[in-house]
Amino acid sequence: MTNFVDLWVYLSGSPLLWLTTTLIAYLAADAISAACGRHPLANPVLIAVTFVSIIVVATGTPFSGYFAGAQFVHFLLGPATVALAVPLVRYLPQVRRALVPMLVALIAGSVTAIVCAVWLAEAFGLDRAAILALAPKSATAAIAMGIAEKMGGDPALTAVLTILTGITGAIIVTPLMNALRLRNYAARGFAAGLTSHGIGTARAFQVDPLAGTFAGIALGLNGLLTALLVPLLLPWLLN
Amino acid sequence: MLAAIAALLVCQLTGEAVVRAVGLPFPGPVVGMILLFVLMLARAPLPGALGNTADGLLQHLSLLFVPAGVGVVQHLELLSGAGLRLLAVVVLTTLITLAVTALVFAALARLLHADDLAPGKPETEERS
Repeated sequence: MTNFVDLWVYLSGSPLLWLTTTLIAYLAADAISAACGRHPLANPVLIAVTFVSIIVVATGTPFSGYFAGAQFVHFLLGPATVALAVPLVRYLPQVRRALVPMLVALIAGSVTAIVCAVWLAEAFGLDRAAILALAPKSATAAIAMGIAEKMGGDPALTAVLTILTGITGAIIVTPLMNALRLRNYAARGFAAGLTSHGIGTARAFQVDPLAGTFAGIALGLNGLLTALLVPLLLPWLLN
Repeated sequence: MLAAIAALLVCQLTGEAVVRAVGLPFPGPVVGMILLFVLMLARAPLPGALGNTADGLLQHLSLLFVPAGVGVVQHLELLSGAGLRLLAVVVLTTLITLAVTALVFAALARLLHADDLAPGKPETEERS
């Protein structure tokens, strides 16, 4: 038993343990998602996060300890964002043809996300801190946290709400689009990326490469537009 | 593959540097993506494996959100008190934003006859 404790103390102090745990949990989640025929409810992010969280909480590991290992995976978000340029160039003719629908949908979607969040939050009687954290939540986490901080909101709460928006959108986008009878995969992907940033984009790439490409464009454009619109719209909305 | 990873990192690093230097309000990787996009359009000599490496990263984009997701679970206490109302706003806003965005896009595409965007193969030839 002491040997096991010694081994645990040694392993839990090195990045290897949590890096491996994250990878194995994702592989298992991806296998479950594939076995469910990529059913939207079997979202690999949600399943992997659940697995890892159970292990992290059960072993009493602080988040900083977990992140020391998981940061290598987290770091790849940067290069992956840069890599979105590749499908963008590959599908450039389709993107050019959809330029006008894309830009109008971008403005409509971005304004809807902000205005709806603020109005619904007010209707539900939420306080100012919650409203500030909710307003930018369709932007990618790094941008949303920056906006909230600049407006005097709590970046940590914003991060939580942003990731929840990502997972919610990734789960409901397919059933919702099917219910709306939308077969335009550029439109479906664009909506997923605009509303649910990177996690929506990951879902879109899982469904179709064209949808993923448009999701990637929406993720980038809505990040920029949300950063511009929240400071403009919030004073007006809060009046 | 190593050269492709280096190319992605150089773009990201340049993006971070530009963002810091100019004080732009968005993340360095987004600027890096724009830079790589421009380089590819300008037919700059890029590593041949760039296409495959990018596809590999994007295919497993979900994996990259797991650490952040675990961070959220650790901070769920932030939702305490107003938790259910916050969740309700998140779900409703997400639903409405998804629908509005997709419907506007699809309606305009149909109007402008740009709606031949069924799932399918890229039209451009892979250069690399």
